[in-house]
Amino acid sequence: MNRFLPLIVLAFFVSVPLWLTDQYYLHTLVVCGIFMLAAMSLNLLLGYTGQLSLGHVAFFGIGAYVSALTSLGFSVSIFGYQITHDPWPPVVGVVLGGAVAGLCGYLIGKLAFRVRGAYFVIVTVSFAEVIRLISLNWIELTNGPLALPGIPPLTLGFEPIGYLTLWDKAANFYVVLTFIVVTYIIIKRLIDSPYGRAMIALRENETLATSVGISVTRYLVLAAVFAGTIAGVSGTLYAHYIQIIDPAIFMFLNTVTMVIMVITGGKGTLAGPVVGGLIFGIAPVILRKYVGPEVQWILYGSLMILIVFVLPEGIVPAIERWFGRASAKNSELALEPGKGARS
Amino acid sequence: MDQLLQHLANAVIVGGTYALLGIGLTLIFGIMRIVNFTHGELYAFGGYMMYFFAVVLGMNFYMSIAFAICAGMLLGAAIEFLLLRSKRGADIDTTMLIMIGAWIVLQNTEHLAWGSIAKSIDSPFAIEPVTMGPISLSRIRIFVLIVAVALIVATYVLINRTKLGKAMRATFQDSSTAALMGINTSAIYTITFGLGSALAAAAGALLGPVFVVTPTMGDLASLKAFAIVILGGLGNITGAVFGGFILAFVEEMGASYISSGYRDAMGFLIIIVVLLFRPTGLFARSERVG
Amino acid sequence: MTAAQNPNAILAVENVAMHFGGLIAISDMNFHVNEGELVSLIGPNGAGKTTAFNIITGFQRPTKGRVTFRGTSLGGLKPHQVTALGLVRTFQRTNLFDKISVFENVLIGLHRKTSARLLGTLLSLPRERKAEAELRDQAWEILRLVGIEHQAKERAASLPYGDQRLLGVALALAAQPSALLLDEPVSGMNATETGRFIELVNKLRARGTTILLVEHDMPMVMGISDRIVVLNYGRIIANGTPKEIQNDPDVIQAYLGQGVKHA
Repeated sequence: MNRFLPLIVLAFFVSVPLWLTDQYYLHTLVVCGIFMLAAMSLNLLLGYTGQLSLGHVAFFGIGAYVSALTSLGFSVSIFGYQITHDPWPPVVGVVLGGAVAGLCGYLIGKLAFRVRGAYFVIVTVSFAEVIRLISLNWIELTNGPLALPGIPPLTLGFEPIGYLTLWDKAANFYVVLTFIVVTYIIIKRLIDSPYGRAMIALRENETLATSVGISVTRYLVLAAVFAGTIAGVSGTLYAHYIQIIDPAIFMFLNTVTMVIMVITGGKGTLAGPVVGGLIFGIAPVILRKYVGPEVQWILYGSLMILIVFVLPEGIVPAIERWFGRASAKNSELALEPGKGARS
Repeated sequence: MDQLLQHLANAVIVGGTYALLGIGLTLIFGIMRIVNFTHGELYAFGGYMMYFFAVVLGMNFYMSIAFAICAGMLLGAAIEFLLLRSKRGADIDTTMLIMIGAWIVLQNTEHLAWGSIAKSIDSPFAIEPVTMGPISLSRIRIFVLIVAVALIVATYVLINRTKLGKAMRATFQDSSTAALMGINTSAIYTITFGLGSALAAAAGALLGPVFVVTPTMGDLASLKAFAIVILGGLGNITGAVFGGFILAFVEEMGASYISSGYRDAMGFLIIIVVLLFRPTGLFARSERVG
Repeated sequence: MTAAQNPNAILAVENVAMHFGGLIAISDMNFHVNEGELVSLIGPNGAGKTTAFNIITGFQRPTKGRVTFRGTSLGGLKPHQVTALGLVRTFQRTNLFDKISVFENVLIGLHRKTSARLLGTLLSLPRERKAEAELRDQAWEILRLVGIEHQAKERAASLPYGDQRLLGVALALAAQPSALLLDEPVSGMNATETGRFIELVNKLRARGTTILLVEHDMPMVMGISDRIVVLNYGRIIANGTPKEIQNDPDVIQAYLGQGVKHA
């Protein structure tokens, strides 16, 4: 049952655009999916390596800006040199956005993992703030608070086959869904490998992990690169879907949204950010009928506190424990020497 | 040269309030090991309480400041009592998540209660600045500096010269031994959080009449307080005072000689540079940053 | 006979002394362990056993003298470098990855044995799947050897005390040691648990693993050791077979003296 659950969930979501005709709901799901992707990447740091990174929105925003500028083109002068870039296809922007965000993950990882605990958190927050202030003040490049409008939507396809420009919401929905599935598989493979186990080992007991030969910086930076790249890609999807971005994308509240998704769903579990992402992606749709945005945020903040107090591991581990008996029998088979080896 | 003097004077004026913010935060971290994300909200709360007493109730300006500080202390103590008391000994990430939740709740409650339009508070000081040679300073800002310095000194005396301060320092050194010696550490934690919050509220109440009061004013205040505290070393009170003045100086210089848009970025750059070279903060050797 | 002259010695402790300020914890200690041998280091409380152990594993540097393992001097090596040479220790207190399963603990212990590459892992290439399968087989083998395979799925922290100690040994074995240093492995264990542990030690010996044991439990030490080195006040007072040690007047004196002091 455990094995097929993801497939059943996937089949359900593939069918959604077929029966959900309300464009607003579909739009909500697309945005929800984009943030879910970012939350999944944050979970690598927050959940698996146990590092509370609060600058995650920086990767998301960097991805968005890089991809937007790649596809819009720009002209800036740096130290007297005029640099002009002509628009490239949005797909190139997605790749570049992910790559630049991943590179930032590498650099900030190298820097921030020199410290732990409170210091680490503050470095990550500072990093995001610096990026936000740059996006606000480098007007020549980013248009500053006036935003970057008219970002082209993604176009898929190749010369001989023809092109598909993603104007409608259903097409965007499938693109985001594809990215989520691919990311889910990548993270799952990573976690089930020596790489992921090294990250978990560092979270559980750094001293012991070092003594069995796990290099601390290597695996933490690796996690930061993956997290940065995936968050960057989700940012590029956001830019091409919403088609306008401004420095408000770097709002700390966006990081908080991702953190809430991860800890509510269950940090350090594969399904956690998916469940948390769905809850907090869809909650605003229901809540907005009754209350204003401030009350919504008050509810989110309270929920965050409540989760820490009542359900510190999150929803997914709680449900797993609920069905513990039933699934324990199944996974015991998977652990059997012969079968485990092949799984 | 004249311009430099003016910048220096500006930095000293702003530095006083920064130091106030920094001491409050570092006190809470030093004694409780809690990264207090609500600190900036207490600062905003101080500003709103100032507005409430001085403008809504029309009370005396100076009395309003005192009341706003007391309100901040009560709110801080309440936060500690409700949210942190039962989580003592929890790891730093757990309390951090709680404080982030509390921060969001506080900020949006302020939004809801006061609206998003900025509130201004009239001060009893004349608008003409005081001019001393090449330097000119506004009267209210001089008043703010004087009160800030007085509060810093008072905090110093409280911590270094009183019995309560001794109990706080003992708790800071080793809370379990302090508890064995008969110190009520639970009460010390509540008092510390209240005191730290009162200092943040004081900064807000003092700067409210200088600028305006808005619901999001706390965001940058929180982040700047972190910068100050990292500069001085987490938990180091003297360091926080230096950190406050250093940050003000670097910001002033950055804003006037680089670009005013990057004024607020200076603190974060400082954090990154300090942690790169001296992760324990730099405290006395202040020249290294400037 | 000093260790340097003994061609069979795998581990040699030569002229080692350790001073803490004015306190002499160990003075001029010489002994060796031969390939495949089980040597126990015993002595009354405060005799310097743990200090000796820490020096051998690189956790502390001796004031004087040197320790060599297979001819390589351990002076200046970091603990993980000592481990890499094949000399692996267990800790006195249990030191495990508490919140994850016993099986995953051992998999993590096998970290350096993997040949999986990152890209291959992400693409789930046959090479990486094979490497992972081999790693899992190795983990099972270690768990079976130690005898806790039926608890593979349990969280490490939820194991009974004795089994936690066994898992600690499993983690050490995952580093594929040629010599294993056990620091008071049965302290705090009940008789059944101790019995299982002795079984494990015998299995390891059958595989040719050299073992240096630091232990309080006399019956166990006498039962399984090839040779016993007795420390008292930082000095070796006896070195011989269990039978020789049992009849050594100095040893009896040392332990009786301790007993009298306790009473």
